[in-house]
Amino acid sequence: MYECNVCGYVYDPENGDPDNGIEAGTKFEDLPDDWCCPLCGVDKSEFSKQ
Amino acid sequence: MRPLKIAEGIYDVGVKDWNIRDFHGYSTSNGTTYNAFLIVDEKVVLIDTVKKGFGDELLKNISAVIDPKKIDFVVSNHAEMDHSGCLPQIMHVIGQEKPVYCSKMGEKNLKSHFQRQLNYQVVPNGSSMSIGKRTLNFMETRMLHWPDSMFTYIPEDKILFSSDAFGQHYAGHENFDDETGTSILGHAKKYYANILLLYAPKVKALIESVVAAGLDIKTICPDHGIIWRKDPGAIITKYMEWSDQAPTKKAVVLYDTMWNSTEKMAEAITSGLNAAGVEAIPMHVRKWHRSDIMTEIMDARAVIVGSPTLNNGLYPTLCDVLTYVKGLKPMNKIGASFGSYGWSGEAVKLLNAELTAMGMELINDGLKMQYVPDTDQLKTCFEFGKSIAEKI
Repeated sequence: MYECNVCGYVYDPENGDPDNGIEAGTKFEDLPDDWCCPLCGVDKSEFSKQ
Repeated sequence: MRPLKIAEGIYDVGVKDWNIRDFHGYSTSNGTTYNAFLIVDEKVVLIDTVKKGFGDELLKNISAVIDPKKIDFVVSNHAEMDHSGCLPQIMHVIGQEKPVYCSKMGEKNLKSHFQRQLNYQVVPNGSSMSIGKRTLNFMETRMLHWPDSMFTYIPEDKILFSSDAFGQHYAGHENFDDETGTSILGHAKKYYANILLLYAPKVKALIESVVAAGLDIKTICPDHGIIWRKDPGAIITKYMEWSDQAPTKKAVVLYDTMWNSTEKMAEAITSGLNAAGVEAIPMHVRKWHRSDIMTEIMDARAVIVGSPTLNNGLYPTLCDVLTYVKGLKPMNKIGASFGSYGWSGEAVKLLNAELTAMGMELINDGLKMQYVPDTDQLKTCFEFGKSIAEKI
């Protein structure tokens, strides 16, 4: 699991981010570079491993 | 008149900031209020504080109800400084060791605001706490509109303390929606357009979840403006409507001008839109505040932007407004550009790029005219407006 340092959103690979075209089962490492936090909009570099 | 009684034992002890006209770049023509709520039960609770500088007035309002030292704890629904600014002062008065209940992100954000270590206690999302006859239910509302934002709900009184959601920058003699009538909706709309629009999909999802949870709401107490007690459903319905950003038959023509040529184009384009039955007015960006322009853009279908070419670039005031609009992420818009130029004429191309970057669909390549538009060229502008109207 990876958590957004800014807003606390947790990316759960089991759920993915279907609202933004990320299929369930997608690993955090496999998210596209332009993916950003669906809650607050910051990019992947702002996420930390839990 | 403060303190303002909202229900038995529940008061608004916040303050009215009558004369503020610039709220971090948002024009507040009627000032604003910083609402803070005192609940007197077996426990005495203060929900949020006020902007720094208004602490003495807050304490005076609390003292008219109860000795502030009797406050058992503070709930911070939102860490932004217009609501947390007096937190250190209040804690100093009521007792430094008393708890400040807040969300997980609230603790993090409050710690980043104040050097003084306070007794922060995180309340998990969905948790409850009895304060005697009443219960406080806490709901995280992240990004509505900060990561720390939270609602507090009292089921016994059916009152929702909604932090910045459902607020309005408005300080008047009225305190409730039944006193202002529907005129307050214009202020609520401006607030939504300028503070919440970029989170519209989340606002909608959150409201749907609140409705699905069957929360019975009799009164909504936001942290700014009047309290919704006559018809709280009306503002909830409006929030759903604004979140959808369903376009109306409306266009916004915004522009700046150096020697009135782009202005002449703007007025002729507006006439064309109006002639085709589209609601539009030309908005000179140095005469209209960016926050008022944003309010108009929210429910418009077309955004038509005009700039002279200055030093091979855009007129700088347009960059101000477009940066602001872009950040608020308006959706479902079509766009077009126009402008007068002297010799190079880059502005229209640059405006097209800005509109495209905002996700707006360009209606055409834009319209640029050298120096002063003549009668025939103004007819072209009129037709340009009409052709845009056909796409709306």
